[in-house]
Amino acid sequence: MKEEIIISGFGGQGVLSMGKILAYSGLMENKEVTWMPAYGPEQRGGTANVTVIISDEKISSPILSSYDAAIILNQPSLEKFESKVKPGGILIYDGYGIIHPPTRKDIQIYRIDAMDAANEMNNSKAFNMIVLGGLLKVQPIVNIDSVMKGLKKTLPERHHHLLPMNEAAILKGMEIIHLQ
Amino acid sequence: MAEEIVLMKGNEAIAHAAIRCGADGYFGYPITPQSEVLETLAELKPWETTGMVVLQAESELAAINMVYGGAGTGKMVMTSSSSPGVSLKQEGISYIAGAELPCLIVNVMRGGPGLGTIQPSQADYFQTVKGGGHGDYRLIALAPNSVQEMADFVELGFELAFKYRNPAIILADGVIGQMMEKVVLPPQKPRRTEEEIIRQCPWAANGRNKGRKPNIITSLELKPDVMEARNIHLQEKYRTIEENEVRYEEIHCEDADYLIVAFGSCSRIAQKAMETAREEGIKVGLLRPITLWPFPKKIIAEYAGKVKGMLSVELNAGQMVEDIRLAVNGKVRVEHFGRLGGIVPDPDEVVHAIKEKLIK
Repeated sequence: MKEEIIISGFGGQGVLSMGKILAYSGLMENKEVTWMPAYGPEQRGGTANVTVIISDEKISSPILSSYDAAIILNQPSLEKFESKVKPGGILIYDGYGIIHPPTRKDIQIYRIDAMDAANEMNNSKAFNMIVLGGLLKVQPIVNIDSVMKGLKKTLPERHHHLLPMNEAAILKGMEIIHLQ
Repeated sequence: MAEEIVLMKGNEAIAHAAIRCGADGYFGYPITPQSEVLETLAELKPWETTGMVVLQAESELAAINMVYGGAGTGKMVMTSSSSPGVSLKQEGISYIAGAELPCLIVNVMRGGPGLGTIQPSQADYFQTVKGGGHGDYRLIALAPNSVQEMADFVELGFELAFKYRNPAIILADGVIGQMMEKVVLPPQKPRRTEEEIIRQCPWAANGRNKGRKPNIITSLELKPDVMEARNIHLQEKYRTIEENEVRYEEIHCEDADYLIVAFGSCSRIAQKAMETAREEGIKVGLLRPITLWPFPKKIIAEYAGKVKGMLSVELNAGQMVEDIRLAVNGKVRVEHFGRLGGIVPDPDEVVHAIKEKLIK
């Protein structure tokens, strides 16, 4: 098994931390993982993206030409990465702020209105976990137990009371994702 | 601390490995993309556990000269920086090499020249293997291509530095420094005791000179004949290192028609390109220099008689390619592919370069 994923959006949306949680979950399942962020001025407010690879075997390049799955959280990211999804691959996008939705016919396109759901939950910080839930629903790369174990490991103990909220967000994402 | 499997950035791995291999001191000054080295050390507070000193100096110059001083006493000391910061350290590095002291320097390269960019680059290859500072000296240069090697090369770097009384450098780049991978951290080793240091480093100026002649640490020698003898001695040492310490990795070279030579992050990208090319029926092999100095010139010369062409893939305008050309001495075509100024090519660009530059 090998999954090559790009997550891309605005800085501050939790793009890098979502990738980190995914990578940690892979580690919990004894997989090989790489997490390669765009670490430039992006993380100070522009577009941010991270490439995550989870594999049974040793990973060669942490930088890729094409992806099995693209998680797109704003219009510039869609323009940049829609063409880079492998034929037969997956594209997941949040509808908020997308003016020109994806049009490819040779990939599976899913929409998840995670921004709206996060607002409904009254918790904008749940946004990236809702998206992650959506991804895991359509492509079960890792199981939720591993995600929760990974979260427990990455979150400082003073934030452990937030674990149930994160799990609820993942489940919410699994519920609301749908084919475009 | 026992052996441990964790997920972390290359920069963080450097910090953990330094503490665990029993280093005595780290002196640095923050700069992107390597600031996590100092940050992680500050967070881990090794001064409370192993007694390792961690100090943010007032500048890169101060940091490298603190390393010079610490190394003179036989301590395991290191510094880290990124390209512009390493340029500032060059005077100190030349002095340390001249005084024949062991230390470890880490350069997590970013694009230049000048302040340049904070994005990854390998444009400090020349600076690292051809001098950088003044005078006829060499650094033992290790080029990690994974987070695991970032951790492993800290101990290896120190080991080689002490074995040859010569500064060693880890030459990484923003990709290796910033990416996270699984890493096995070695178990904690104790720091050497003062007695152990005196035994291991009889040359050290550690103030305990009962019964022996005072040890003098200096790179200054005004008598040219003595200075020439010192230089000849250095050159002999460098020949010994070239004889014993060349390290490289070969992947699918045995049946290769074309050979990619790449180090560090580029070797990872090139490996994926090699896989793609092989799927298309093009027999590509990958030779990865692990030591950039001493350079694996013998093995590259051997492949000159076996392959139809070589491609050096680098994040620069063509630096290591010169050493490959020297190694093959005109026997085979050697081309270069690189991106500049912080741009990192993707694997397909490398496949394209193989076709355009070697096969067409």
